[in-house]
Amino acid sequence: MKQQQTPTSEARAAGLTLRGIVKHFGPTRVLDGVDLDIRPGEFLTLVGPSGCGKSTLLRIIAGLEAQSAGSVTIGGRSVDALPPSERDVAMVFQSYALYPHMSVAANIASPLELRRLSLFERLPLLRWLSPRRPRVMREIMTEVRAMAGQLQLEGLLDRRPAQLSGGQRQRVALGRAMVRRPAAFLMDEPLSNLDAKLRVHMRTELAELHARLGATFVYVTHDQIEAMTMSDRVALMDKGRILQLGTPSELYDTPADVTVARFIGSPPINLLEVEASAGGVIRMAGLALRAPGPGRYTIGIRPEALHLGRAAPGLLAARLRRAENLGAEWLLHAETEEGAPLAIRMTAAEHAAADALIGQVLHLSASRAGVHLFGPDGRRVAVEAAVEAPA
Amino acid sequence: MTAPRQRAEARAGAAFALPAFALILALLLAPLAALLALSVTDYRLGAMAVRLVGLDNYAALFADEVFQRSLRNTFLYVAFVLPGAVFGGLGVALLVHARRRSRAFYEVAYFLPVTATLVAMATVWQFMLHPSLGPVSALLRALGFGDVDLLNDPSLALGTLALIGLWQVIGFNMVLFLAGLSAIPRDLYEAAALDGARSGPDRFLRVTWPMLGPTTMFVTITSTITAFKVFDTVVVLTRGGPLGSTETLLYVLYLEGFQYFRTGYAAAMTVVLLAFLVLLSILQARVIDRKVHYA
Ligand SMILES: Nc1ncnc2c1ncn2[C@@H]1O[C@H](COP(=O)(O)OP(=O)(O)O)[C@@H](O)[C@H]1O
Ligand SMILES: [Mg+2]
Repeated sequence: MKQQQTPTSEARAAGLTLRGIVKHFGPTRVLDGVDLDIRPGEFLTLVGPSGCGKSTLLRIIAGLEAQSAGSVTIGGRSVDALPPSERDVAMVFQSYALYPHMSVAANIASPLELRRLSLFERLPLLRWLSPRRPRVMREIMTEVRAMAGQLQLEGLLDRRPAQLSGGQRQRVALGRAMVRRPAAFLMDEPLSNLDAKLRVHMRTELAELHARLGATFVYVTHDQIEAMTMSDRVALMDKGRILQLGTPSELYDTPADVTVARFIGSPPINLLEVEASAGGVIRMAGLALRAPGPGRYTIGIRPEALHLGRAAPGLLAARLRRAENLGAEWLLHAETEEGAPLAIRMTAAEHAAADALIGQVLHLSASRAGVHLFGPDGRRVAVEAAVEAPA
Repeated sequence: MTAPRQRAEARAGAAFALPAFALILALLLAPLAALLALSVTDYRLGAMAVRLVGLDNYAALFADEVFQRSLRNTFLYVAFVLPGAVFGGLGVALLVHARRRSRAFYEVAYFLPVTATLVAMATVWQFMLHPSLGPVSALLRALGFGDVDLLNDPSLALGTLALIGLWQVIGFNMVLFLAGLSAIPRDLYEAAALDGARSGPDRFLRVTWPMLGPTTMFVTITSTITAFKVFDTVVVLTRGGPLGSTETLLYVLYLEGFQYFRTGYAAAMTVVLLAFLVLLSILQARVIDRKVHYA
């Protein structure tokens, strides 16, 4: 997924601890007791459907929003009483939030100016009375130029944000965040205003930037692909709670909840309603699984875990509706006898060998590793030792 | 594209533009032309004969002491009103913008003078400022200023009218500034907060003031023009007095055109007034435009 690099510059990374974060907006409870430990230097992604509270959580960390209950600790220091500027975090906004009336250079210099010059030294006209201002500004501009060099913005320092492309604005926003070397970066869907191609490119750039800076990144997105490709760990949120926290592989291979299973993976996991026998046995697609007891369950089968076979008892029968050629792979869309849609993913070679025709009934077997069982409450159910499938 | 087709399209285009052009011609350009034409005649309202006098009206105008005084008074009036109109409007808007529940009340309250007819409100002011009955005069007496007659003292009358003008225009400017304030993206303030802007003045200087640039320009121009055209308070409250100290451009123009019926002379005066207004607009747009538009 992502390669580890050792940070080259001196790393400034802080761990973040969230304890029991609750947020109400009027009567609506947007965050419902969030606990999260973010390790120093890690790339942690908050992912989840729109409206689940990701931005609110990030804004609480930044200090832009006050939590209704709970506490935030950054680098071992409680920051609940600190204003945003003193939390040692920088934020990259979805809209970039660049100052439209300032040049690129002035935008990047802004955090340094605000920190190193007093209000008096920044006042129009009066600032020229300050004897130390020219020297401080020279230092700031040296740092700004170095930052611009890192981000390939050298030729653009005198432009206004309106004269830049989306990708360039994005880099200016990054520059403004990086220039003061914060211990943690907070990013709220920073790529969502870019076109698809640039987005893919920026994913790589951000991951490399993270490796180079060694700082802690807290990254918000609703795009599971971004979460999977860039993160060290992913916290999947739904309805104001964290459903699962883990590495991308953990989320994919052992989803703790049917919502997690549904959210992670593209095309999404196939979900089928199944009934366990009195002995708790579930027979599905050539597998026999032993559930903790009888009753209704939801079984999830990853598209790549389904395989075409010859007609045989116990296999899952589905009629092929549509086949998509993705080049190296094929994606088949089928429908079970009960009318549930199924996605099946296979290599081009497998597809060629199977010669599946539209309208034909497919007989599908599943491999155990891509199959997950969820109880009526949606939580993952441990499947005990699988019983032998009858021949 | 073939030449005949291009011509046909050009004709169709012209036909579509014609109604709008005809309206502009009839409503804006023709009256202006008539005004220019009148200003080089000795036309008097109701007169049977008209004679071309060339630039005589203009020559007379600049020799006319009343006109010069009115010009001076008008500029003085604008200079009194403008700073208060812009910064007062901005200040009130900033205060009102920060209110949540009471915001609607303040908006209406400050906007009332705009909706009220100034002629009607002028009678209220006349009473308020009455030297013996008015509460304002009473207040000034109580504060130890003695007997001041704000409308009849030649050194105070113009300033008093300017305050009334300010009273009327601030609410309007407040509404414009409120619209400008609402249009500032909230995340700019948040970015500033993370950058290290912690105090009100910091946020104002970094975000609010520059982002209000276009609004400020618009308010400055409209307020200048409004102040330039001061008329109703003069007619109702002072009639140009005392000692001509409140004779303004529009008031003198009105006297010439509608009291003395010297239409040609009044037309020349109107041309000068218009020229000033156009010049002011161009100047302000030129100077400020470069500094306030970001997109
Ligand atoms: N300032 C606010 N006032 C009221 N409701 C809000 C406010 N900010 C966010 N919300 C609500 O909180 C919920 C979570 O919002 P948000 O954190 O922006 O979600 P996400 O970033 O995951 O899409 C949404 O239902 C949203 O409508
Ligand atoms: Mg969001």
